[in-house]
Order: sequence, then structure tokens, then C-alpha cells
Amino acid sequence: MKPATKDFWRRFLRNPGALIGLLILAAVVLMAIFAPLIHPQDPWRMVQRPFLPPFAVDGFWFGTDTLGRDIGAGLVYGAQVSLLVGIVSTVVALTIGVTLGALAGYYGGLVDDALMRFTEFFQTIPNFALAIVLVAILQPSTESVIVAIGIVSWPPVARLVRGEFLSLRSREFVQAARVVGQSNLQIIFGQVLPNTLSPIIVMASLMVATAILLESSLSFLGLGDPNTMSWGYMIGAARTVIRQAWWMSVFPGVAILLTVLALNLVGEGLNDALNPRLARKGR
Amino acid sequence: MVQTTRRTVLAGMAASGAILAIGVPEVSAATPKRGGTLNVVIQPEPPGLMLGITQNGPTQMVAGNIYESLLKYDFNLKPVPSLAKSWEISDDGKVYTFHLKQGVTWHDGKPFTAADVVFSADVFLRQTNARLRVSLEHVDKIEALDDHTVRFSLKEPFGPFIGVFEGGTMPMVPKHIYEGTDFKTNPMNATPIGTGPFKFDKWEKGSYIHLVRNEHYHVPGQPYLDEVYWQVIPDAASRAVAYETGKVDVLPGGSVENFDVKRLTALKNTSVTGKGWEFFAPLAWMWINNREGPLSDKRFRQAIMYAIDRNFAKDVIWNGLGKVPTGPVSSKTRFYSDDVEKYPYDTAKAKALLKEIGYDGKPIRLLPLPYGETWQRWGEAVKQNLNDAGINVEMVATDVAGWNQKISDWDYDLAFTYLYQYGDPALGVARTYVSTNIAKGSPWNNVEGYKNPKVDELFDKAAVAFPDAERQKLYDEVQKIIVEDVPVAWLLEIEFPTIYRSDVKNLVTTAIGVNDGLGGAWLDR
Repeated sequence: MKPATKDFWRRFLRNPGALIGLLILAAVVLMAIFAPLIHPQDPWRMVQRPFLPPFAVDGFWFGTDTLGRDIGAGLVYGAQVSLLVGIVSTVVALTIGVTLGALAGYYGGLVDDALMRFTEFFQTIPNFALAIVLVAILQPSTESVIVAIGIVSWPPVARLVRGEFLSLRSREFVQAARVVGQSNLQIIFGQVLPNTLSPIIVMASLMVATAILLESSLSFLGLGDPNTMSWGYMIGAARTVIRQAWWMSVFPGVAILLTVLALNLVGEGLNDALNPRLARKGR
Repeated sequence: MVQTTRRTVLAGMAASGAILAIGVPEVSAATPKRGGTLNVVIQPEPPGLMLGITQNGPTQMVAGNIYESLLKYDFNLKPVPSLAKSWEISDDGKVYTFHLKQGVTWHDGKPFTAADVVFSADVFLRQTNARLRVSLEHVDKIEALDDHTVRFSLKEPFGPFIGVFEGGTMPMVPKHIYEGTDFKTNPMNATPIGTGPFKFDKWEKGSYIHLVRNEHYHVPGQPYLDEVYWQVIPDAASRAVAYETGKVDVLPGGSVENFDVKRLTALKNTSVTGKGWEFFAPLAWMWINNREGPLSDKRFRQAIMYAIDRNFAKDVIWNGLGKVPTGPVSSKTRFYSDDVEKYPYDTAKAKALLKEIGYDGKPIRLLPLPYGETWQRWGEAVKQNLNDAGINVEMVATDVAGWNQKISDWDYDLAFTYLYQYGDPALGVARTYVSTNIAKGSPWNNVEGYKNPKVDELFDKAAVAFPDAERQKLYDEVQKIIVEDVPVAWLLEIEFPTIYRSDVKNLVTTAIGVNDGLGGAWLDR
């Protein structure tokens, strides 16, 4: 292991919360990857009698829902959807946000003004409302949910990257690169961007968490992909019977809670590890 | 009379099974008690109470106590007296003569006579009620023979005609108030005057409608209740709570979500009945777009019928209420025939049929009905059934407007719906299957695009055939053909449960249910 990497892990693991978060996250990822092995049958299949409470029948530890579908299978396959939507929509948001932020911060002046007004335009609309409208227009499907979440989550990234670029663009190493004759694009992507990666990575880990929450909220409202079993859908479908069957909404709710908590803990750990001075100041 | 009707209600309730384990009312020969206040939920708040002008479901439910028609219909859709005490139909089926009850008065004290009947049917409703107007096209003339005798003369025999004298279809309106006025803007519409068991008292918009006892009602002893409050509660969960806390005593069909039915009916002193929907006989089915692709093949559509576990939907999603249908005509509607091809749940048979056709797994879109959780779950269950049989179904999500649009434009493969039958196949069944009813722009006509000249001919003949035995023969034949062709996939004869306290007696006594008024209802408290 390179000394820098070793250093990173040492600092990361110094935060016990981060370790716990990493373990939970690893469990969720493994669950998503091995879903077909854990529960070979389709999570939509009606396999037992409806309203089966947890632990009542062997193999159905989480009980069944209103139609007799295995909630355990739903949890496992829901992890796939949550992670997929969380990661891909974050990538979408990062692509838009980093590009616009970098251009605005590096060039400044008119370009900066134009791009920042455009960003503010998105920031003034409440995230969730815009996501609902986008999904409703595009018709609910996994793709449209990802696009909608990506589109509503990029403005903070753009502002963060712009700030970093503003402070870095007049540093000596940038001036040196310019003297050497590197083009603007080379400087942006080769010199400045790598130096802004730490805060972007920290922010991305938290964005995945937010995206998972957004996806769950959309599914809860019935705006998720009707052909995929997601945690938000499970809660939305079960909320009407919550007085008769607590387990139908509690288990997926706990799954969302743990996943989002894990991502937040990991994000904090990353923050400690990547910005050591900042972190120590905070303590 | 009262006693036999009560027994019918109880028999029906017992048939709907386990959910009645608690709270079955005692079969006692008690005589009705006078007095008391009944609180009933009304959902949604009606736009108006003048039944001749507004025909929404909630209007019918409240105004059914204020207005009446010549006849009522028992659970078998046989006409029974209301404002008419007797009637005759001529041997050629073309002349209907009604003898009105003597001594009936309007709520303002004026006498009700044959002139009111002629005015209501021939002038008022012809102008305001589109559904009745279609039936009245078969009528040549309507005359008052004397103050208490009315004669309807038809151009040709029209079997369904005896079914149009229902309160919501042909309510009697007072001639002395409406003659010569603009019906729709008459200020008296706000304080409706009828002949029914209850009189309009007060409407606190957004809160309640208050009706009081009509002390001059024409049925001796009735009504038994002093007053009725129709409570307006916009949220489904709050309606259930209002029942639990005792604020209301009756939850009419469709006023709480299905999944709450089980919990509410398990409460003490609570009864439930699916009766009172026989006239409307809502039938749920899945539209199948017959026009192209694998769905244009009759065998594929039959495979769909075999693949769906319809009993599961009835027991699990509808809490055991309703009945699995055999075909296009509900078993509650006249001229029903069960001498048709049966489609039991048989995945293997469905698979065999698909193999025979050589279905290549082309994706089929399924559009659920966006009317809430029950219908969403139903769509998911059917999708899973079809997937199990090897049909590659994709669920499409939409809202009510999008659903209407897609169905009207024929932009769907499979789609859920339910329609009323109005007691007679000529009124509520033929419209879905005759090819003359294929036209874009409406989600209620023959949107599946089914064309069969033989079916067209049989429906045309049956509507005007005479007597009933002749009609039955024609309808038997047409049902056989349609069920063989499976133009749509029939899923359930829906029964919307009416939930009520067991000490509310005689609540549902006719095929129109709570909509037929609470004249006979009484409280055993």
C-alpha cells in the first residue's frame, strides 16, 4: 500500500462511525449484488398467504404484504433499485454540476454571471416539487426517475466547484501551467480539477443518500417505476394498512434509514480522511 | 312485506361469508320503532340536490329521499310499487298503463297527480336527462287518462322500458313549480320539493345536509326516523374514524377504502352488506385491444382469461365481496345466462394456448385504473398472473386524465375499467360490444374494437324483441358467442360494501340500495 493510501485509511478508520457506516453499506451492496441468489423468485410473485406476520412461517422472516408477496425478497431487490438510482443519478448530477461549476469558476466574468444565474434559477425551485413534475411529464420509469433526481441535485455541486476554482485559478501552479503553454481545457481538467476532488467526493457520498431518499419519496407517491420493487413503493403500498400490518412499512423504512445513515457516516469519514486539517479544527 | 325483505337482506349478507363473523344482526320479528336521528356519510359532497337536473352518485343518494319515481326494484330487479300502486303492459308490449297511488302530496302540500307524471317524463326530463332521453325515443306519446292514470304508448316493443321508472332515472318533479320556468336556473332547485319520505331542511356547505321527516308520507307509518344528517367528510381515513368514534352510523358503498373494510366490519355492533347494487351491477373487466398484434388472436385472449386468478382478486383484494363473472352480463342483470364457455384459473392451459399460437414474448402494456390502492394492487396481481403464464406484461403508470386519454385514443394493450349495467343488457351491456359503437373520443364505448356482425344483429333484435322469453333466447345466444370470443377479460361483479351499525334496520331493501331512500329504515335503540 502506498503511504498516502495508508494514511487515508488510518484517518478514515479513526472515526468509528465511518467504520460502522462502511460495514452497513457493504452489507447493502452485497445484498443488491447477490439478490438473485438470496431470493431466486421474482419479488412480485404472490408466494404465501397475504398479511402473514413476520417469523410466522419459516423462510418468511419479514412476513408478506397485502397480496402475499415476500417482504424479504422486496427488501433485497429494493436494495438494487435504491443503489442504482442513488449512484447513477449522482453521476448525472456531478457531470452537470462539475462542468458548469468549473467553467464558471475558471473563466469568471460574464460566463460566471450567466452560469450562476442559470444555477440560481434551478435553486429557487423546490427540489422535490421539480422532481415530481419531471417524472410526471416523462412518465414514471427508472430512467425518468434518475434523470429527474440528477436534474434537481446538481446546483450545489456547481456552486461548490465554482468556489474551489475561484480560489485555485490564481495559484502559482496554475500560472506555471499557463506559462508552459497548456490550453484552458488542459488546465481545467489536468491541473485544477484534481485538486478539488476531495470536497467533491465527500459531497457525492452525501448526494447518493439524498438521491435514495428522493427516489423513495417519489415511489411512495406512486411515481416510481411501476415494474420495479423499491423500498419507497413498499412503504407507499403499505401505508394504507399500517394499522393492521406494521411490518409491511417498518422493514423497508428501516432499510432506507440504515442505508442513508451509512452513507452519511461514510461521507463524514471521507471528510475526515480527505481534509485532515479541516477535520481536526472541527474537533 | 317488511319481514320478507329483511330476510332477503340477511340471506345476502350471510352469503358474503366470513367477514360477517361478528355483528350479524338478529333475525327478530320486531316491529319498527319510531324516532331517532341517523348520520350517514356522503362522499363526495353533491353538486346539487335537484335530482331531475343533477344525476351524480352522491346527488342520487341524498335526493333519493326527497324524490321518488313510479316504481322501485327488488333485488331480482322485479318492479315493485312506489308512486304507482299497479300497472299493466299490453299483450303486444307497446302500451304501459300506470295507476297512481291516491292521496300522495308534494312536500309543499299540493296533490301529486298524473299531470305531474306527464310533465316530468315528457317535458322536464326529456330536456335534462340524456340517459332517459335515449329510452324515450321509443315512446310515441305519454298521456294522463285521468288524475291517477298514466299511459305510455311505445312505437315498438322495447323490453328495457319497464326498467326506466327508477328514482334516479325518472324522478317525479312538481309541475306547479317548474312549468313554464327555466328548469336549470329555477331558484326552487336550492330547496327541492318532492314526494319522498324526507323533506329538505338545511344544507351547510362543506359540513352536512339535513333532512327531516315527511309527516304526510304516503306509506303508512313511514318514515320511522325523525331526521337524517348526511355528513360531508372529504378524507377517506377521517370517514373511517368518524364511524369508529360513532359520529356516523352508515358508510355507504365506496366511502371507505377496501382495506379498511375488514377492520371496520370487525368492530362491535357492525354489519356489512354488498346488496343494493343489483340495478347498477358494476362489472369490472380488462379492456383488450383487439386490433393488432397477438391480442387480435382469439386464442391469445382466451389464454389471458385462463391465466388470471380471478378468485384470488375477489378474496384478497375485494375482501371476498362480489362474484366472479361468467361473461359480459352480470348475474344480477336481467337475461343473464351461464350457459357459456367457462374459464377457470389454469396456467397450464394458458401456456398451451400461447405455445399453439407461437407467441414470441412481445411485450404487452397493462394500464391499471388510477382509482386508488385497491385498483393498483389488482393491476399488480393480474400482471403477475400473466407473467406466470409466460405473457410479457409491462405496467404503465398514469393518472385519471391520462387513462381517459389513452383509452379514448385506443393507445393501450390491456386496461382495467368497470361499468354499470342499469338492469338490462340493452342499456348497459350492448354498448361495449356492438360495432356501431366504435368511435375514438370516449372511454365508455366499444374501445376494444370488437367487430362481429352476428353479435350486432343479435343485440339489435333483442332490444326490441317481445315478449321477454324471446329476448332471453337472443341474449343467451349472444352471450355464448361473446364469451367464446373474449373481446374483453371479465374480472369481477363488484359489490361495494355498505357498512352500518347493526341496530340500523331495513337500510338496504331494494336493488338501488341506499340511493332508494331511508323511508323504511329504523333504529333499534
